Amino acid sequence: MKTSAPVPAPSADASGSSLFGALAALPFGALMLFGFVAPLLCVVWFGFMPPKTFALLQAPTLANYVTIFQQTYFKSILWSLGLAGLTVVCLLVICYPLAFALAKIFRGGASFVTYAIATSLFVSENIRLFGWVIGFMKNGVVGGTLATLFDAQVDSLLYNIPVIVLGMVYVYLPFMLFPLALGIKMVPDQVREAAFDLGASRWQVFRKVDLPLSLPGVLIGSLLVFVLSAGAIAEAKILGGQKVVTIAADIESEFTYAQNWPLGSALSTLFIGLTTVVVFVALARFDLEKLLGKKRD
Amino acid sequence: MLVTRTQRIGFSLYAGLVLLVFYFPLLCIIVASLSKRRFFSFPYPSEQITFKWYQDALNSPQIAEFFGISLRIAGLTAFFSVLIGFFAALAYARYRWRGRQTFQRLVLLPLFFPQSVLGLALLMWFNFLHITPAWWTAVIGHTVWITPITTLIISIQAYGLDDALEEAARDLGASRWQILRKITLPLLLPGMISATCFAVLLSWGNFALSLFTTGADSALPEWLYARMTTGYQPLVPAVGVLSVLGAMLLVIVLFTVVAWNQRRTRRLTAAPE
Repeated sequence: MKTSAPVPAPSADASGSSLFGALAALPFGALMLFGFVAPLLCVVWFGFMPPKTFALLQAPTLANYVTIFQQTYFKSILWSLGLAGLTVVCLLVICYPLAFALAKIFRGGASFVTYAIATSLFVSENIRLFGWVIGFMKNGVVGGTLATLFDAQVDSLLYNIPVIVLGMVYVYLPFMLFPLALGIKMVPDQVREAAFDLGASRWQVFRKVDLPLSLPGVLIGSLLVFVLSAGAIAEAKILGGQKVVTIAADIESEFTYAQNWPLGSALSTLFIGLTTVVVFVALARFDLEKLLGKKRD
Repeated sequence: MLVTRTQRIGFSLYAGLVLLVFYFPLLCIIVASLSKRRFFSFPYPSEQITFKWYQDALNSPQIAEFFGISLRIAGLTAFFSVLIGFFAALAYARYRWRGRQTFQRLVLLPLFFPQSVLGLALLMWFNFLHITPAWWTAVIGHTVWITPITTLIISIQAYGLDDALEEAARDLGASRWQILRKITLPLLLPGMISATCFAVLLSWGNFALSLFTTGADSALPEWLYARMTTGYQPLVPAVGVLSVLGAMLLVIVLFTVVAWNQRRTRRLTAAPE
């Protein structure tokens, strides 16, 4: 590659750019190979090792997968997926109006709300969940307030399924809100105005214009929240007590209490496979570059 | 736009409500950290308000150590993830090359991945390599998870870059390295600054990855979690509040830097007219 001489034609640049692009991607690729791909292969391989062993170099076996299908692990997988689905639905309902306001209605207020919500991302998840524990426990902030104001005795509001969903909705709200706001921002105002001018009702504009045109944002947000909350562990543990065992909690206990690394690995593999399929099917359907604000093409 | 006054007020009320609920747990933590009694019960009389727990937290050498470990992990994570993310962003947004589209899809993959499972996978991988986990292995874990985010942030800035500037430099005979150092790097600097802040903050608050990758060392969120589940005392929410305050300080710094930079670039671009 001659770099010192001026490059006259764009075609001569294209090949150099190609090499440079691959070079620039190299450190990232190396990091991911070492810190992401290799560990995952390690997990997948370990899932085929005999149960309750710790060495990686043994004859592979399917014993762990047999155990998974014989026992009730499908229950915790279903719980995780069900709770994740419920979280996505709740968040769509809660976030759409707010995202709409951020994208189309607020001016100066939008960045305030954005910063206020984004700040929470940097506070450790378990500190924030612990706040709900203090709020909802017996003699907690909510119970205490109700007792003083209305003389109502409230027992602990913790350790049930609605509280777990609340915790997940709370923790993953930013992951739904920001993609949604980006998506709604892409809806051109002229199209909405034209629809109104032609006599469409609010509901019609929402259904025929806003929703379809902001679909990439809706999809990304839902996907992010679904995957993250399916792998969630802290909400069910801190807020839910032992009410519900999620798949992530199952995996963790295989690694810690049960000391059965191969079984835990097999469960992880199953879970990883499931999420990867969901992500790839959804990601293949739309173009990410558009959402990131690429102008030319 | 077709926005009426009532609509604006309605949406503002709704946003206020969401923010209120959103900040309710943090309020609870603050309330709990100020209570004198060891076991929390609300409401407590005003004479029981105390700052003792904050003093305890600030004077405890043990907590200072956890802060130090968290800070070290966050600093190194930010350094590596921004360095790698800078080049990855060039590959993501600037250069046209054959594997680009695949690369763009794969970059996001670690983000869509449950952190606890990634942490466990790393733990097993280190075990296989006979590496004893310590605070610096957590740096690897955090970097793997945070670099896609820094890459995205810098990419957004890179998309907004004017091609003409680099082309002009090339036409004037600048080498690739000169273009990178004198044109691309300064123009991407704001994006890199925000990426640094994001990386520090995300690493600072991370629990799921640290839990499995720090080994015998313990980062601040881990200590908090252990104390929340067993052995609660008001020191725990006090440390939580302190850690949040630290994070907020960083966000404010980020905000000022970005605002200052925007004003500067606006002045610079406005100057020739």
